[in-house]
Amino acid sequence: MSSAFELTYPETPRQDNETQDSLHPRLLTSPVVLQATGVTKSYRKGKVEVPVLNGVDIEVVEGEFQAIVGASGSGKSTLLHLLATLDKPDSGEIFFEDNRIDNLPAASRDILRNRYIGMIFQFYHLLPELTALENVLMPVMINHGVVSYMMQRWKFRKRAKELLDLVGLSHRLKHRPREMSGGEMQRVAIARSLMANPRLLLADEPTGNLDRAAGEEIMSIINELNSAYDVTIIMVTHDMSIAAQADRTVRLAEGRVESVSFQS
Amino acid sequence: MYKLLLSWRYLKSRYIALASIVSVTLGVATLIVVNSVMAGFSDEMHKRLHGILSDVVIRSHDLNGLPDPQWHMDEIQKLAGDQIEAMTAAIQIPAMINFRDNIQGQWITQPITLIGIDQQTYAGVSDFSEYLLHPDNRQQLDFLLKENDYGRGKKDRFPVSGWARRRVSAEWQTNAANAQTQQDGIDAADIPASPFPLVDDSGIEGQGETVEGLDNGVPGVPFQSVDEPELVFDPATEQHTGIVLGISICSVRGRDADGEVMDYYFALPGDDVKVTFPNTGQPPKAVSDSFTIVDFYESEMSEYDSSFAFVPLSKIQDLRGMVDIQSGVKSVSTIQLKLKEGADLNAVRDKLQARFPIQQFGYQIQTWRDMQGPLLAAVQLETTILNILLFLIIAVAGFGILATFFMIVVEKTRDVGILKSLGAPSGGVMSIFLGYGLSLGTVGSGVGLVLGLLFVDHINTIAGWIEQVTGQEVFDPTVYYFSQIPVIVNPVTCVWVVLGAIAIAVIASILPARKAAKLHPVEALRYE
Repeated sequence: MSSAFELTYPETPRQDNETQDSLHPRLLTSPVVLQATGVTKSYRKGKVEVPVLNGVDIEVVEGEFQAIVGASGSGKSTLLHLLATLDKPDSGEIFFEDNRIDNLPAASRDILRNRYIGMIFQFYHLLPELTALENVLMPVMINHGVVSYMMQRWKFRKRAKELLDLVGLSHRLKHRPREMSGGEMQRVAIARSLMANPRLLLADEPTGNLDRAAGEEIMSIINELNSAYDVTIIMVTHDMSIAAQADRTVRLAEGRVESVSFQS
Repeated sequence: MYKLLLSWRYLKSRYIALASIVSVTLGVATLIVVNSVMAGFSDEMHKRLHGILSDVVIRSHDLNGLPDPQWHMDEIQKLAGDQIEAMTAAIQIPAMINFRDNIQGQWITQPITLIGIDQQTYAGVSDFSEYLLHPDNRQQLDFLLKENDYGRGKKDRFPVSGWARRRVSAEWQTNAANAQTQQDGIDAADIPASPFPLVDDSGIEGQGETVEGLDNGVPGVPFQSVDEPELVFDPATEQHTGIVLGISICSVRGRDADGEVMDYYFALPGDDVKVTFPNTGQPPKAVSDSFTIVDFYESEMSEYDSSFAFVPLSKIQDLRGMVDIQSGVKSVSTIQLKLKEGADLNAVRDKLQARFPIQQFGYQIQTWRDMQGPLLAAVQLETTILNILLFLIIAVAGFGILATFFMIVVEKTRDVGILKSLGAPSGGVMSIFLGYGLSLGTVGSGVGLVLGLLFVDHINTIAGWIEQVTGQEVFDPTVYYFSQIPVIVNPVTCVWVVLGAIAIAVIASILPARKAAKLHPVEALRYE
């Protein structure tokens, strides 16, 4: 796979002294988790077709923290939605652990999102009627029917509490989203994304709506997840200081991969 | 699991949706109240209609009637004896009644249906005796005037009647007649005032009215026409043949000065009346005879109360000449049957019709349902139409739910996006909103059920309140002859109403739920 990887990104301009030609040595032997080739996507606005992605190739290896950066409208969020199977590409292929996922039937994609891919968003996207704990439990509630859930609920609640503890919110279990700060809501969202123990965490500008301090807190959690728990992370951001913390940074411009850089 | 949780949370947090199901609640409550009242009315009507009508009636329209009733009854017994509980023969003919109004002193003439009954067996085929006013007559009618005590246990404000009234009345009439014959030098003041409070309340008003009326009129001698030879008849100690009159023939229901419902009687037990009816001659001639009112009959069915008069069967047979000259057997005009509990009315009727074919005998054989068919059908139709109309109201409420749900789906667009991004299938999203509709419908109709049942339970109290507040009588007992609004709660109807309302709520939530399920997750997530 590593040869394909070289081919995919033929020209990688050196950004600065800290960048290097390839991934950190610890990731060089990791298997590929997610791979997209020649992905295109366009939206229709009335009669006009607006191309968003014009053939994007991307590759993510296990344990990697990859940042996707680009100006507004460069298609980075659209790419993330395609990777999360929330949307279908017009052409191109996406593989998750060597299985093609872009053309899966809806039911299979639902299962994929529910059990294998965790997502966090800029606007947290918690359900306002539910408490922090219930929000975290949501993925297993979706996965399990009433009987099955009720039989295992103590196990699930224990894990949800552990995750909230991990993000430092063990004192906020019964609070509703509107009673929490932005940083706290994002931490709940992170805990929720980890509930199903996913292989892959997709983050769409998780700090974009937060102040500096809260954003740094979130980043430290994400970094910890990546380094201490080996969670594979793909993060869309426009903040270069955040992108600098990633193992690999993919820069999108006008619907194409403009450059790829690696940090040590 | 998430479906239940979210439906429940939406139910708890969206008060606007709860407001939208108030219409369902009211619709369900109204349907239950209306159905209970209609059921109460129609049951009461059935009881009253059936109470006086026996189960099956064989009627001859021939003036001479149905000859040899005993032979007929034996035949019927042979035919369907195992299903018959009681049987009686009777005569039913149109007649005219005359009596003197004891309020105004005027003569009153009314058309009636004169029924000659055999008092021993007639009580067996209908609830006739239950409706009589005198407690002894309710046990066994004997067509004899009682001393007093009419209405005891039934109408406790009933005025003095019976012999107590007749004696005083006879004395007063004698005095009045004497006064008239002496003619000269008599002041109006010498004519004794009527000794009775002539309405059923000893109010001053009624009395004053009566006395005034009598002062102006010249008292005559009732029931003694000029060409008849004067009978040696002492009304103070003797009575004519007894007659039981429907109470409305000689009373009206109205209100006194305080607005209390009150019956005004033109004649009372103890008074004499004259009844005229056709005999069996060819062509028929009118015959008349005097009768003494021995009791009133109050079934609270105005149709019967205002037209039925009962006299002894043999008396009518004699007066009309319904006797076969050769054999001396007296004929009747109807035979009435009461069937055993659970017997099939129509089957017995059909059997009798086969035995007495109309071409040969000319008898009309009907069940009580046949006779009151149009009335029962009208009540049934009324109930059906009301139900349809009220269900349309709930259907309108359904559109309210539809609109509210569309709003909620729009409001919850982002939640739908979140759920889909977490892997919730479209069907799951749809069932959240269907479940929401179901729970709204259940809550709405459940509350409606409770409200409706409470309303039905306290309907008469509520009617009283409404009367106090609006000053308008909700349920006028002078019209309906019921003192209370009759209600019957039918559990099956309640279940259907509730299920129907829930179904409408669920159906109304299908479209919004489909819309939610079809939302594109990416667009839903972007929705602000």
